[in-house]
Amino acid sequence: MSTRLVIGPFNRVEGDLEVRLTLDNQQVSRAEVVSPLYRGFEQILLGRAPLDALTIAPRVCGICSVSQSIAAAAALRQAADITPPANGIHALNLLQAAENLADHLTHSFVFFLPDFAQDFYRSHRWHDFAVAAYKANQGRRSAAMIRLRARILHLIGQLAGKWPHSLAIQPGGTTSTADTGSKVRLLSILSDVRRGLEEQVFSAPLEQIQALSTPDALAAYQAADAPESCDFRFFLHLCTALNLSGLGACTAPPLSFGAYADPDGTRLFPAGQGFPPTSIALFSLTEDLGSSWMDGPPQPPWESHNRPNPHKDNAYSWSKAPRLAGKPHQTGAWARQVIAGHPLLRAQGWSQGSSVASRVMARFLEMAALIPAMEQWARAIRPHQAFYTDAPLPSDAVGIGLTEAARGALGHWLAIRQNRLTQYQIIAPTTWNFSPRDQAGVPGPLEQALHGLALPADVTPSRALAVQHIVRSFDPCMACTVH
Amino acid sequence: MAALGAEDKGLAAILDDFGLDLLWHPGLSESTGDTCLALLDAILARRQPLDILCIEGALMMGHDGSGAIHRFAGLGLPVIELARQLSAVARHVVAIGSCAAFGGIPAANSASTGATGLHYHGSHRGAGLLPSSWHDPSGLPVINVVGCAPHPGWISETLASLALGDLGRQDLDDFGRPRFFADHLAHHGCGRNEFYEFKASAQAIHQRGCLMENLGCKATQAVGDCSLRQWNGGGSCTNAGTPCIACTMPGFEDPVAPFQETAKVAGIPVGLPVDMPKAWFLALAALSKSATPERVRQNATSHHITIPPARPPARRHED
Repeated sequence: MSTRLVIGPFNRVEGDLEVRLTLDNQQVSRAEVVSPLYRGFEQILLGRAPLDALTIAPRVCGICSVSQSIAAAAALRQAADITPPANGIHALNLLQAAENLADHLTHSFVFFLPDFAQDFYRSHRWHDFAVAAYKANQGRRSAAMIRLRARILHLIGQLAGKWPHSLAIQPGGTTSTADTGSKVRLLSILSDVRRGLEEQVFSAPLEQIQALSTPDALAAYQAADAPESCDFRFFLHLCTALNLSGLGACTAPPLSFGAYADPDGTRLFPAGQGFPPTSIALFSLTEDLGSSWMDGPPQPPWESHNRPNPHKDNAYSWSKAPRLAGKPHQTGAWARQVIAGHPLLRAQGWSQGSSVASRVMARFLEMAALIPAMEQWARAIRPHQAFYTDAPLPSDAVGIGLTEAARGALGHWLAIRQNRLTQYQIIAPTTWNFSPRDQAGVPGPLEQALHGLALPADVTPSRALAVQHIVRSFDPCMACTVH
Repeated sequence: MAALGAEDKGLAAILDDFGLDLLWHPGLSESTGDTCLALLDAILARRQPLDILCIEGALMMGHDGSGAIHRFAGLGLPVIELARQLSAVARHVVAIGSCAAFGGIPAANSASTGATGLHYHGSHRGAGLLPSSWHDPSGLPVINVVGCAPHPGWISETLASLALGDLGRQDLDDFGRPRFFADHLAHHGCGRNEFYEFKASAQAIHQRGCLMENLGCKATQAVGDCSLRQWNGGGSCTNAGTPCIACTMPGFEDPVAPFQETAKVAGIPVGLPVDMPKAWFLALAALSKSATPERVRQNATSHHITIPPARPPARRHED
């Protein structure tokens, strides 16, 4: 007998989300991921001066704001055909990485770990620790990480004036500069963040976490101290205790647009798609509207225009369904790191796809990798040299800005005619991960990850914790998804 | 999410400090699905008191006034309907951010989405979701904690002031904005103040001069103590070299000129300081421009300070 389970409002994700499950014999036989809000940001940009995108596009989101600015500036930069000076590149990288780190902390300590403090798990030995450490709005260790997150944002305060939403991120570099004193303050913020991560999160030097390259090395690190010694060990303990690596398998191929280019163009995390990674076949990218409340055939983002239709038959989401060569792709820290060649994540059987465990673990590993890179960028700043170069825009041009938000691949596509924007399309990371079915009926990555999940007979939405772990492991941003 | 950085310790910790019990927040609370819906039922049936209702985001009246383009997940009810119902049972209603206050950026496309504010549409009270005459049981209008994003301190201090019983009608300005931040202009405390005084203007966005004359800065017209209290450990838009876009003001989403350009008529900026007579402004600007020290003039168009402050060398007395 089929039963329906509708989960909403879905808490501790960014923005509005509803998940509808059809259960047959206590197993999910169909999952529908619903974005119940339409925002219409792209039309707001049409007809405006091109640089207005720098003000409007980041306001798509209160959590991926810097990434949206980076993508908009990159698209305009391509249209202007210039390269920022080295200082500007370092500053842009620092801003993006700071937001990425802050988002990873928010995800781990505000969105994901509080689920293990729920009453549902009270019979487990580790539950008391989880409650004291991570209970929503009360956990002591989460509170400490919210303070550390605020400290990370000081870097954005200093280099961009404020978070979220800053115009300091420009095609030509940054409007802000750093003198010899403020360079020291940047490094001092990074020292605080390194200390916080090393003391509370990893109980080890970040370089030791970066060097974990095999499952054996990870097991040895895990066994070296009690689960309660640090957040990462406790998470690894949860993975074992609850078999999180067997939960929420997603086999969609990974996609990363790459991020953090050096002045010589080399990226800290290179771009790619699939197993093994190849260069991205951007020409095969389409946005499918098969199950979206929008009219029109699948179209590439440089041609598509939004025609909302809330009465469309068989549609169930305001999200579009982006596809590469007709296929859904998963994106996020796990995809970014396996494409960048992280040895541990690759050694864990990456060709079989991701799980709740690997998607969340990739965020911890990425935090350990980002701080040393940020320290290098901050040290590379030359206080008396320029952070910005003039970037005059031609009256007619096109531009693509591809980058990585914390939660995955982010792209902006724009066209300029007679000094006005005539096209603007954004494809956000969660649009990939939480896409509805396409016109061929192929479900999106989250819908696939929920398929086949077994749930207890008496399950209620609030007690469907496995569903919540799977959904939150993607770190969705619904606000961006339905811009 | 701005509030998660409030006072560097987060919204939940601050609410706790002031005895406020956070009933539900979509990004922070534990409950999902049925437990949250049961809480909403209890509030609407007045079994659970609701002291402060905070609404974030523009209210979406589309499609055709139905609110169908924004349904509350799990309930199917248009969010505008839920907002109306909750506003009727709350002791105070607070709009968090310029979207919820005035419509904000989404209101630039209100023709398609019906995006509007809770009490205002742009500067028109009563043209948003709630009628002009709406007030809470204590007589207060919707309290508008404006900004895009609002400063985390504006949010936490407004909520804490309500808990302390300190926020009365006289503490709100004409747009329902708490005066503790709205009595200031974003210009106050701007680190580029000397450039402003001498009308030593930046010509391009990365230069150190005043951003008002050429680069669209509206800090002398926009309320907010941004540069006085500062953001994220010590920043502000203008101090980072970016023009104020007046995000605390109704209608900021549709400026006369592009955001990074100053609208001018016959070479004179259209948007002069909020309460300064135009003739005086022009006279003083001309005077101060003629008195600008070379240091200020040159630094205004440089990306770093090139001339440090120093007295000119003393003239030697020749006998």
